[in-house]
Amino acid sequence: MPIKVTTETFKTEVLESEVPVIVDFWAQWCRPCLMLAPVLEELEADLEGKVKIAKVNVDEEGYLANQFRISSIPTVLLFENGKLKNQVIGLMRKEDLKRRLGL
Amino acid sequence: MYDAIVIGGGPAGATAAIYLQRFKKRTLLIMKDSGALGKTAHIDNYYGFEETITGPELLERGIAQARRLGVEIINDEVLHIDNLEHFTVKTINGTYDGKSVLLATGKSQANLKAKGFNDFIGKGISYCAICDGFIYRNKRIGIVGNKEFMEEELEILKDFSQDILVFTDGMDLEVDVDKPVIKEKITEIKGDDTVNKIIVGDKTFDVDVLFIAIGSPSASDFALRMGAFLDENKYIVVNDEYMTNIPGLFAAGDSIGGLLQIVKATSDGAHAAISMHRYAKSA
Repeated sequence: MPIKVTTETFKTEVLESEVPVIVDFWAQWCRPCLMLAPVLEELEADLEGKVKIAKVNVDEEGYLANQFRISSIPTVLLFENGKLKNQVIGLMRKEDLKRRLGL
Repeated sequence: MYDAIVIGGGPAGATAAIYLQRFKKRTLLIMKDSGALGKTAHIDNYYGFEETITGPELLERGIAQARRLGVEIINDEVLHIDNLEHFTVKTINGTYDGKSVLLATGKSQANLKAKGFNDFIGKGISYCAICDGFIYRNKRIGIVGNKEFMEEELEILKDFSQDILVFTDGMDLEVDVDKPVIKEKITEIKGDDTVNKIIVGDKTFDVDVLFIAIGSPSASDFALRMGAFLDENKYIVVNDEYMTNIPGLFAAGDSIGGLLQIVKATSDGAHAAISMHRYAKSA
């Protein structure tokens, strides 16, 4: 299950994670974001513990959104070993997302 | 409530409407202009026309045929589609409710020719005010456009910031707006990681974002706002039934890519109509 991440938990949940983390910047009022949620859940299930999905609500976590220069949502960031490895903007199919993230 | 609302009156839309009407579905067809076909001078590769036929003539015949069979047809421009329990299609002149919607408005995504444009898509260039407006609360917003679509997006953006500049990029402004308007062509878009400057000739405007709402919304603009999948070329993704990932939202013709030909568009239209007929039974 995707976990909710905040400014306080970002370091431990994302940067210090043992497995790669896909961070989904989203908001309740963003229709494409809501449609991306099941895509990410499916992706997490497919990859069986090889990645973790973290969700950042940009309404509540303005600091994180700012820090990562999020200018359009949904934006998905892939972190590996504490480093930003890839960034994908916009709603897309699971296969497209997987390919663009390099998974 | 219509059983089906078809948006676009080209070969895909008109064919779908004809099939739907013959399935005795209450069908509304909304069309704005003659689209890509209207610009085609000669059609020599479409079945059944011994003499050549022009695009506008073929289009007119398709619409006349749909009308004869009982399809309700209106000339209007769709600005927005809501999908809650059913679909609500808002046009410049009215609002229409339908159980299903077919997007068949061809392929046209408005883009700027300005230098730097492609580099900043998703990095301060946005195609969707309702998606991204909130991120620019009290920031400096630019919007490009000249018609009702721009006005619609501008209204959404006013909830987030009052610091808004309207750029028409050299087009005639067809609506009244209460924000400063820059009418010359945009020459360049500049920024670091994200957009921060719009260059218009020898003038520079500082903005944090540029929203694109040029001309009329395209099928992919509707799809984007509703949360339908687009592929990397901005074509709408449909399944074998011509339905998008949103139940009841179908797409056909050039808007879904593939062969950009009349024969394929009419085939799409027929397939989509059959699926919509089936969908209406199950829904």
